[in-house]
Amino acid sequence: MKFPCRAVLRIIGAIAAALSVCAVLTSAHAQSKPPIRIGLSIAQTGPLSSAGKSGLVALEIWRDDVNAGGGLLGRPVELVVYDDQSNPSMTPGIYTKLLDVDKVDLLVAPYATNPTAPIMPLMKQRDRLLIGNFALDVNTRIRHDKYFNNQPWASARDSADPYLGLCRKLGAKTIAILAADAEFAQNLAGGIRAGLKDYGLQPVYDQNYPPNTVEFSSMIRAIRAKKPDAVFVASYPSDSSAIIRSVNEIGIGDDVMLFGGGMVGLQYASIMESLGSGLNGVVNYHTWAPEKTMDFPGIRDFLTRYQARAKQANVDPLGFYLPPFDYAIGQILAQAVTETGSLDHKVLAKYIREHETKSIVGSIRYGPTGEWANPRIVYVQFRGIADKNLDQFRSAGKQVIVAPDAFKTGEVIPFSQARN
Amino acid sequence: MSFELLGEAIIAGVLLGCFYAAVSVGLSVAFGLLDVPQIAHPAFLVLGAYGAYFLGSFGLDPLLAGVLLTPVFFLAGLAVYRFYHAAFESRGTDAGLRGLALFFGIAFIVEVLLILSFGVDQRMVEAVYIGKSVALGDVRIPMRMLVAFLVALVLITGLSLYLSGTFTGRAIKAVAQDQTALALMGADPVRIKQWAFGIATGTCALAGALLIIVTPVEPGLGRLYIGRTFCVAVLAGLGSMPGTLVAGIILGIAESIVLTSLGASWAPAVAFGLLLLVLAVRPAGLFGQR
Repeated sequence: MKFPCRAVLRIIGAIAAALSVCAVLTSAHAQSKPPIRIGLSIAQTGPLSSAGKSGLVALEIWRDDVNAGGGLLGRPVELVVYDDQSNPSMTPGIYTKLLDVDKVDLLVAPYATNPTAPIMPLMKQRDRLLIGNFALDVNTRIRHDKYFNNQPWASARDSADPYLGLCRKLGAKTIAILAADAEFAQNLAGGIRAGLKDYGLQPVYDQNYPPNTVEFSSMIRAIRAKKPDAVFVASYPSDSSAIIRSVNEIGIGDDVMLFGGGMVGLQYASIMESLGSGLNGVVNYHTWAPEKTMDFPGIRDFLTRYQARAKQANVDPLGFYLPPFDYAIGQILAQAVTETGSLDHKVLAKYIREHETKSIVGSIRYGPTGEWANPRIVYVQFRGIADKNLDQFRSAGKQVIVAPDAFKTGEVIPFSQARN
Repeated sequence: MSFELLGEAIIAGVLLGCFYAAVSVGLSVAFGLLDVPQIAHPAFLVLGAYGAYFLGSFGLDPLLAGVLLTPVFFLAGLAVYRFYHAAFESRGTDAGLRGLALFFGIAFIVEVLLILSFGVDQRMVEAVYIGKSVALGDVRIPMRMLVAFLVALVLITGLSLYLSGTFTGRAIKAVAQDQTALALMGADPVRIKQWAFGIATGTCALAGALLIIVTPVEPGLGRLYIGRTFCVAVLAGLGSMPGTLVAGIILGIAESIVLTSLGASWAPAVAFGLLLLVLAVRPAGLFGQR
């Protein structure tokens, strides 16, 4: 008997057509219902915009994924987004508008600590669920029970311990601390200061600098004169570039075994590409690096799709730092809404507090202050970096994870040695 | 603080101060001599920096790019002043206040255009003198700061000679003192002011190139320079070119010494405290004559 190929193909075709019609109908059904509106402000201009814009692209990818799958609770998802201009004084007004005028269903916090801190009293007063977006230590004192921060470190001390551990490993006895005079950098530096005694480190230089500093040579000279064994820097993107440049030009001294720590910007493609070989030896915090220990399910696929969109949007072409975590914010909300079948903030907060979320940045469970119960900030050491080559940062071995042990892909090398 | 460190801080301060003078000299002309509230001056600086970046992507040296862009900026300055004069200056006595809104608007438009064209990421340029230093005894000086120092000296000396040694230059100084008298001498004050504003804007191309040589730039960077450039222009004594250089160097040295010794947080307080002190003693500024 002849196998009825044509008949089988017809049946398969009919099933495919029926499924397509169902998908279109489901999507159309979702589109016909009023959208679930998710409100946020995120820096589109100003010093935080480099990461902010890339984070927004990630949220848009998540929104499109959800809507393509029929939305949440059968309703499409809509993002209501404002530019906070990286300005903390803008965010209380923006979030009041999101609540009272736009009447959004759910809220995501602005990107970064400084713009998030001013809205925390408002969120607590209005008792709203808020998913944090890389804000460090903003809920420690306020204790809002519906705040869940999506970033891989829970406190300043969490981020400090691996760096201080590296100091100990290299035998450092003295440390210099240079920090920007702003919330995030001060929190980071505070974590280091709090841990100095535990790690037997003596501070020989401890200065804050104002955010509009242009030239860092004077500070680098002052640090060099103190001959520290380690240097911890907490800085913002433009400062980070200028500091690395000054270190390369005038030197930091042969005694320094560890340099870096909390420099924002050394995770961004444009800055990494521009600084090139000047980065060699620097040890800095990161949230994700293309190393084998960080292959969480779905993250490579997300980055492929993000990088395709990033070109059109003229944003960070690598997207390692913030975008995966902003996509994960969407996943946290989606899982909570889907599993509870509710948009009630009390119900959603209870669910998020009690359940683990599967996301592209790993499994997320929250602790009592709304921070990750199992933080996993990593420190990477730049090695073998060449000038003018963006693609090198896509490969393993260029940003070697040196701490913590659970994600380590190599041992830390003293600063001067790694530069050679 | 050791003498060695103090010496290094003074050298670094002089270099930094010359850079401050270079980025403020256009404002000294526009605000100091012409009384135009050119609040968009730092935005034009950033535009000049991006111009140098753009031409630099074709392999052009950023300084050369700045020189090539100077005539373009000069023409843009002529056009901006013509519009400002027609829309505000010729219509009433509150031109200054309304003009302030115009220049704020221009600054925002420039920033948004830069964001749309280049994105929000920081940009840097490459040149043989960036990322290297020269040793002066035990002191290592970044070559980019030396370049800024030399270009600032050339720019300010050139402008000083032009303003004092040419007919148009003297007319620009005259228009700052008495427009009516200048008109009675047969010169057109509006055209003279337009020419001077073109020069002020033209300096932004070269000073913008210095900006991106000295520090990474992003579209919103101009906001950080509003206070600093106005501080230098006012401290100098409005419109004085040598004063601009001296004021820049004083601020640079004060900032550098404070950063090295007292603590970085004190730097803005000391710089602006110095401004208040000078203005209390000499309200017209260091070299002001009004």
